[in-house]
Amino acid sequence: MSKALCRTVVVSNPQGLHARPADLLVRMANQFESVIQIGRGGEMVDCKSILSLLTLGAALGTELTLSAEGNDAETAIESIEQFFQRGFDEADDTQSAPARAGSDEVRETDPTSPA
Amino acid sequence: MVELQGIPVSPGVAIGPALVLDAAGYRIPRSLLAADEVDAEFARLRDAVDRVSNRLESNRLETSAVAGEHTGDIFAAQLQMLHDPRLQAELRRRIQEEHQSAAYAVSRVLHNYAEALRKLDNPLLADRAEDVLDIEKQLLFCLGAVSESRLLDLDEAVIILSHVLTPSETANLDRRYVRGFCTETGGPGGHTAIVAKGLELPAVVGIGNFLDQVGNRIKVIVDGDRGRVILDPDAETLASYKKRLKARRSLTAKLSELRDLPAETIDGTPLRLSANIEFPHETTTCLERGADGIGLYRTEFLYLSSAEEPSEEDHYQAYSQVVREMDGRPVVIRTLDLGADKMGHRPLAEHEHNPFLGLRSIRLSLRNLDLFRPQLRAILRAAVHGDIRVMFPLITTLAEFRQARMLLNVVAEDLEESGTPHRSNIPVGMMVEVPAAVMMLDRFVEEVDFLSIGTNDLAQYTLAVDRSNEYVADLYQSSDPAVLRLIARCVEVAKEHDRPLSICGEMSSNPARALLLMGMGVRHLSVPPSSLLRVKKAIRSVSIGQCEQMAQRVMQLEAARDVDLYLLDRLGEYVPELIVT
Repeated sequence: MSKALCRTVVVSNPQGLHARPADLLVRMANQFESVIQIGRGGEMVDCKSILSLLTLGAALGTELTLSAEGNDAETAIESIEQFFQRGFDEADDTQSAPARAGSDEVRETDPTSPA
Repeated sequence: MVELQGIPVSPGVAIGPALVLDAAGYRIPRSLLAADEVDAEFARLRDAVDRVSNRLESNRLETSAVAGEHTGDIFAAQLQMLHDPRLQAELRRRIQEEHQSAAYAVSRVLHNYAEALRKLDNPLLADRAEDVLDIEKQLLFCLGAVSESRLLDLDEAVIILSHVLTPSETANLDRRYVRGFCTETGGPGGHTAIVAKGLELPAVVGIGNFLDQVGNRIKVIVDGDRGRVILDPDAETLASYKKRLKARRSLTAKLSELRDLPAETIDGTPLRLSANIEFPHETTTCLERGADGIGLYRTEFLYLSSAEEPSEEDHYQAYSQVVREMDGRPVVIRTLDLGADKMGHRPLAEHEHNPFLGLRSIRLSLRNLDLFRPQLRAILRAAVHGDIRVMFPLITTLAEFRQARMLLNVVAEDLEESGTPHRSNIPVGMMVEVPAAVMMLDRFVEEVDFLSIGTNDLAQYTLAVDRSNEYVADLYQSSDPAVLRLIARCVEVAKEHDRPLSICGEMSSNPARALLLMGMGVRHLSVPPSSLLRVKKAIRSVSIGQCEQMAQRVMQLEAARDVDLYLLDRLGEYVPELIVT
């Protein structure tokens, strides 16, 4: 069985994980066959379900745990992590610089070890 | 046959087929499927999903073309929601494993998601709940479970069964077809109850959960006298209710003969009997039933029943119509009593933990002068057409009354300066609804022209019971001895200072309680038009001595229940015709 990859990502756009980024996130997740989950406080939801993503209610600054399990898990988790770091590409209006909340907080962990 | 008990809020009996509404007002048949229907039902759902999907896709393309890709993406997100794998899996499970109808499954699942989004502490996401409900509506429409307009397309007599009905929904019920209603929530003094009474629709509220036992179109009896709702009645029950319906009609016919006779006791003690109204058109009924005037015109319904915020002109037209039609009889206009369970078009107070203790009624008016001023102007302008009096609701302190009265004076000066026709020497009164005002009444009477006791709020604030809260609604009784003592105190102070006092709460609409109030020394009652003749009948059947005896006895009792039982007993003795079995 393949091992699940796990990372912590931070919501870095001002408006949080609202409908449009959630839609894009689901589309991105759907490009991979891996099972991708995201959540916080031990409550993980399907990253391919927009309604589940929205009900996370993740606002700016929320730390989320991201996990991917499957053949393409590595690419999947990379892409999604970068998408979080780019503030869901919501730069059209004002901020075009990628949010700072990224790399130093991202760590790779083994899901079997206590967080 | 199933019998349910709730709280009777509007008398009468109604029999007809059920129309079940869910919280958003859609019709959902809560039926379960037979095992061999499951596959076909699931196929129906798939088909509905495809059709909604196509519609959303074309919405997306059209909107993107017109308003740009970004706006079109709203529909992209809705499409994503529609095809959400969790959503689809849950719908499939409910249909295939729990044998729920597609429409019912759709309604439940999407409502749960919408509810979850609403609960998030994030306005942006809470708004998405609307998107989810929009998908629900479209799916239900494709499934043939709802028609696009909810209560507007009725074409046959129905009984409305709903979790909740707001006062404005109730006000807008199509009276040609709606015979009565019952709701899971609600209490006896809520405004929905008042509207129902105004519309003379038999109604039972506060039944608790029961809608999942009901399918559309099953026969329902609403017994608004006893708070009973009977689903799918057997032949015997149905026959007995039909008989009652007939008896009621003949009582109504008999009562209508009292119209031109005075409301006075056998030995000639007169009572002023006025009517409470919400809408101008009710004056017709009031006159037909011989009302002495309008004792309470609840103007906030101008707000609650129209799509737009009423202008000064709207107020003026409504008041002028009422005072003209009442043809010289006094019309007491109560200024806006918005807030708590009666909200208008704009959020005037958000997230109040205890709205009944919050920014409502006169407090709200004094803080929103742009709302209050047009109403006061309209009142003074309409006063040139007849005997208009104004009263302020929920007055708690002297300062509030003075502030409201001063504003009225300022408005009068404005009208004077601009040369607008008006009349400013109208009587200004207050509603006595807060125990604090009763305690200070000896000071108030030095400044007010008249008093009117609102027993609904007075009971609520005396007994510390939110009358719209179904958990404690049974504790709310305007015949509670504590409330009666406050009323007795008001009568005493008013008499001492020679100030007119009336009672306009729901309490006086009950013939037995009306006799009690008469015995306590009250000489002016204002009741819903539907109760005018019954109260008059009761008054004309007793002597003032009998009323006073009742009052003396009641003042020795300890509980609302004892009071009501005793009163019912006396009514049965003095006016047996009014006891409908």
